[in-house]
Amino acid sequence: MINKTVKSLAEAVQDIHDGATIMISGFGEAGSPIELIHALIDQGAKDLTVVSNNTGSGNVGLAALIEQRRVKKMICSFPRTANSTVFPELYNAGEIELELVPQGTLAERIRAGGAGIPAFYTPASVNTPLAKGKECRVFDGIEYVLERGIKADFSLVKCELADRYGNLTYHATARNFGPIMCTAATTSIVQAKKVVEAGVIDPEIVVTPGIFVNHIIEVSNPAHESDLVAQKLTYPW
Amino acid sequence: MDKKEIREVIAKRAALELNDGDVVNLGIGLPTIIPNYVSADVNVTLQSENGMLGMGAAPAEGEEDPDFVNAGGGYITCKEGASSFDSSVSFGIIRGGHVDVTILGALQVDEQGNLANWIIPGRLTPGMGGAMDLIVGAKRVILAMEHTAKGRHKILKECNLPLTAAGQVNMIITEMGVMEVLPEGIVLKEYNPLFTLEQIQEATDAKLIIAEDLIEMRKN
Repeated sequence: MINKTVKSLAEAVQDIHDGATIMISGFGEAGSPIELIHALIDQGAKDLTVVSNNTGSGNVGLAALIEQRRVKKMICSFPRTANSTVFPELYNAGEIELELVPQGTLAERIRAGGAGIPAFYTPASVNTPLAKGKECRVFDGIEYVLERGIKADFSLVKCELADRYGNLTYHATARNFGPIMCTAATTSIVQAKKVVEAGVIDPEIVVTPGIFVNHIIEVSNPAHESDLVAQKLTYPW
Repeated sequence: MDKKEIREVIAKRAALELNDGDVVNLGIGLPTIIPNYVSADVNVTLQSENGMLGMGAAPAEGEEDPDFVNAGGGYITCKEGASSFDSSVSFGIIRGGHVDVTILGALQVDEQGNLANWIIPGRLTPGMGGAMDLIVGAKRVILAMEHTAKGRHKILKECNLPLTAAGQVNMIITEMGVMEVLPEGIVLKEYNPLFTLEQIQEATDAKLIIAEDLIEMRKN
């Protein structure tokens, strides 16, 4: 019987190794798998490359992983949001690398990585410093820059509903990078707000087909990052 | 004009650029207040880069849902007819030319329609987020911004900050007037009568071309 649910957050993240590339879903706090990130902090893997739209806020979630010096490189589109202080301080001190990618290019690089497309041309970033050194080509009179698809060893993703096959649905703007990250990672680890019986999720509304998912853990009352930040909490607490 | 009045003048005028049926993407900051000034008979569909079409107003206090946020991380609601989708679909909408208008701010803009709004060298950038994709993808790019940065020119002959995109800006709306960016240069189409044409030129590094049919800034 296929059953991808695991018994604990610790079990969900136990295979993550030093030096891994990890995609982490979320746009700000929406869709950020904060409990899985905290489990990864407890687990201990280091020298990580993290692909995520932002760098976390306050001293919890992704920001806490960075603060624990576990991330050597961030690949993201918007590293400094309103409450992000950890990444900017380490970056300014030269202690963490940054690869800045336009958000649409980031999304497409992940999508391509999961879809067997090694590279693609996009008009975004042409004539900007980001295009320097990259192959450019003109199609129908418009210039494009070549960007590479991107894959990961693991993805940490937050979803709404999951079943034991790994079929997932999401909620509103918390969906963002989750579906494409599940396709681009060798091992996708998902925290679901609710794990439902097989057959409950109508095949027509499945957003992520189960074959893209490896481990599922139910986190029925996920923390709201903004609440933790407002309380000035630091993980590990 | 104080800061609030300046923002209001710009937002009100920018709202007139939105047409019934438009798919619109608004940048963070000033552009987010533009929907407050859109006429009731003009229905636009607001896109949020993080995966929603049909974005509604901010929720009432206590009704916020952390899963409903806009590009700036602010809480939103969704309207009837809304849809949500992942980031690659969202940027397919943006890059694929399915957004009619984007309205956003700028650090600098120049006569070639070049735009700089994401980095000041030597400082950690907040990042470009979706701006580079939006500016090349949207059918019309409108800048809604203060005419100068505390007196320093923002509308230049040539941008000296790293570009966000080249040759994509169509229109600039400031508290001083409305300008179109055309192959011949920046054309002043409307002016705010609180300022003389000399004052507007003085606040602009680029040489303004005064439209033959120059009018006062439209209010409706």
